[in-house]
Amino acid sequence: MSGTHSHTVAFVRDTMLPQQEPPASEVGAIGWARHNLFSNWFNAILTLASLAAIYFVLAAVIPWILSPTWDGTSLSNCRETLAAAGHGDAHGACWGVIKERWLQLIFGFYPSHLYWRPIAAFVLLGVALAPVLFSDKVPSKLLIFSVLYPFIFPWLLWGGTIWLPIAALAGFVIGGVLFKLLAEQVSTLVGIIVAVAAAVVWWLFLAAPVAAALDAILPIGIEAVESRKFGGFMLSVTIGVVAIACSLPIGIVLALGRQSDLMIVKYICVGFIEFIRGVPLITLLFVASTLLNIFMPPGTNFDIILRVLIMVTLFAAAYMAEVVRGGLAALPRGQYEGADSLGLDYWQAQRLIIMPQALKISIPGIVSTFIGVFKDTTLVSIIGLLDPLGLSNAIRADANWNGIVWELYGFIALMFFVFCFSMSRYSMYLERKLQTGHR
Amino acid sequence: MSTLTDPPKEQFRLSMLLYDTRYRSATIQVIAMFGFMLLAAWLINNTLSNLAAQDKAFDFGFFTESAGYDINQRLLDYTSRDSHLRAALMGLLNTLVVAVLGCITATILGVVIGVLRLSSNWLIARLMTIYVEMFRNVPVLLWIVFVMAILIETLPAPRAFRGENPEATMSLADSVAVTNRGVYIPEPLFTRSLGDVHLFGTSSLRFDVSLDLMVILAVLGLSLWGAHRVTLRANRIQEATGERPRTWHTRTGIIVVPTLLVLTALGFHLGYPELKGFNFQGGTHLRNSLIALWLALSLYTAAFIAEIVRAGIMAISKGQTEAAAALGLRSNRIMRLVVLPQALRVIIPPLISNYLNLTKNSSLAIAVGYMDITGTLGGITMNQTGRELECVLLLMLVYLAISLSISAVMNWYNEAVKLKER
Repeated sequence: MSGTHSHTVAFVRDTMLPQQEPPASEVGAIGWARHNLFSNWFNAILTLASLAAIYFVLAAVIPWILSPTWDGTSLSNCRETLAAAGHGDAHGACWGVIKERWLQLIFGFYPSHLYWRPIAAFVLLGVALAPVLFSDKVPSKLLIFSVLYPFIFPWLLWGGTIWLPIAALAGFVIGGVLFKLLAEQVSTLVGIIVAVAAAVVWWLFLAAPVAAALDAILPIGIEAVESRKFGGFMLSVTIGVVAIACSLPIGIVLALGRQSDLMIVKYICVGFIEFIRGVPLITLLFVASTLLNIFMPPGTNFDIILRVLIMVTLFAAAYMAEVVRGGLAALPRGQYEGADSLGLDYWQAQRLIIMPQALKISIPGIVSTFIGVFKDTTLVSIIGLLDPLGLSNAIRADANWNGIVWELYGFIALMFFVFCFSMSRYSMYLERKLQTGHR
Repeated sequence: MSTLTDPPKEQFRLSMLLYDTRYRSATIQVIAMFGFMLLAAWLINNTLSNLAAQDKAFDFGFFTESAGYDINQRLLDYTSRDSHLRAALMGLLNTLVVAVLGCITATILGVVIGVLRLSSNWLIARLMTIYVEMFRNVPVLLWIVFVMAILIETLPAPRAFRGENPEATMSLADSVAVTNRGVYIPEPLFTRSLGDVHLFGTSSLRFDVSLDLMVILAVLGLSLWGAHRVTLRANRIQEATGERPRTWHTRTGIIVVPTLLVLTALGFHLGYPELKGFNFQGGTHLRNSLIALWLALSLYTAAFIAEIVRAGIMAISKGQTEAAAALGLRSNRIMRLVVLPQALRVIIPPLISNYLNLTKNSSLAIAVGYMDITGTLGGITMNQTGRELECVLLLMLVYLAISLSISAVMNWYNEAVKLKER
């Protein structure tokens, strides 16, 4: 072989050429643009068209945003400022409305000397969520606070006597103690039934009188704020947070019920989930605003925000149940069998083996349900609550700001975008953190 | 004498209801059933006593009473003297119109955006990402009122079209007028119309079926069937001889010519909108509320559909694309013939739930004053008659029925396209 080679190859280079830079058209900005923007004629047309579109949009929007009207006191005042500054008559935002009304957009008609309370409530919300969301960075002792927080949160927002949240908490304590006693002495099933029954009896019949009696003896409390003073983003976040927090456990129970072998339990859960998922949220809000009082014992008249909270929670729970069911269905059968072979009972298996994995799988779905619920809180403006969208109409009713549209909608949209976008980014972080597979 | 006996029969003890897994599930079920019945009985009892206290009875008699309000955007004839039932029917039809229109446009937009988001063109891919994030992270209600505001604030008023040198002109050869009151488009008219068939007499459910439309649809259906036969014949010839006859001209002819003949026979022409007095007359008037709802719902849902399409395409392994490229297919054919048919199996189930979401979100029409079923039955009728229980119940049942039918149809389609396995 070497012989033929020496005949056919006349010359063999005996030194390596020095490595050369790639041609200028293949590297750097030019190379990148050639590959990513102008790889063929169709892509080139698309690129040029989108550049033109971006230019026209920005040319229209940026001068509008950069308008010197932050100190405007009314729409006509803004127009004068714009005319003096040489902007066209209508071309330029009137940001005065945001500067004047942004506190209202955030707190609604909440008394201004009590603004510290919602602020404290939401700061403490961060503290309560920290051990759940960033479990690797925050000491887990804080979880005790997270458990107590659901009772502090409404007290801070609505105010009133401190005995009411304590009485509500007492229901859980009574149920928990009874369950513990009976589960050891008799059986888990009896424990659950008696504990739930006792807690329900306590909440329905005893909690309110006991709280009233304690308040009469020892009146401790803060100034009460009525529900109709709630509004703005405070209201959206309140409804969103409560619905999200309550819907996750209810959703998990519904999902387990739907997966269970017990036929009656299963069909009750399926019926509930399919019914709620088949109707729009707005009809449930109609139920909250007009019908819920009819379903309660005569004479009950409870708060509109509480009614909305109940319906939004039920709505979110049905969607959550489907997401969790997806996670449960994705678990391999071997996990259930492994739990059985270890001799774990149903609840132990769920708590220690099934749920952690199922919830991890369903994180993206859970977070998108959260985002959906938070966005859907705007619907309460249709039944007359003053969420940001409802407030924007109220602000426009003011003669000074009559005709302001884009600034308000833009501001509200931006706020929602910030909330929802950060939630979706957080879910990506959580997914990466809990990723146990090796790739 | 020893006899073989059965092991001693286990005595049933009451505690076995709790400890024996055979009986325990029955116990739980009975308790669950009992609790459920108790809850239901409590709710119904409360409702009955509350209704009795308010001196109302549960009946739908109010449906036959005259509604007394007008519905401006409607498909069938309706006057304010018609019954509440007819008003609810108009609302239902309006809901269906928005849902169908929205689903179609959202699908088209969503597929295009989802495919473009995977484009190799960096700028296009980023732009589509911005679109998706922008629409997904802002409430749909905000988009609806936003689009409505754009239509009202930026489009010219009808009076701008008047005068010698009007500020605004009609587009598409003077046939479409885009105003801040809505869009006026030409309507189809027939000079030799066959008339209508009136179904259900003069009752609330009366329904006029246009014979012209029926004839046209019948002819078009027959033509499509004929064109299908031509394709089948071409397939047979191809299988027998290996050569595929050119069919597109025959197929176009079969589809177009009979329809055109029927249209000419019926005297088909377009009625153009004209400016008369303060407003446009003639033509079909699409109100702003309909357009805003349709547009906002489509744009919003398209962002979700785009993500589904993207996920579906990414779920197809790269080997499929490479194999198709190795066969010499061009990139748009790879997408159309190899990737999308497989991706459809991943795409369809979540697509169904997005159609459902769009339909349910159409209930937000009430925010822009489009008279869908939430606006008629759940809005004005409920407020006028004070029959909250009946109206809300019926409203829920209607939406439930729509949702169940959509998911039934789409699940049937899903069965048809899914991978056939053993």
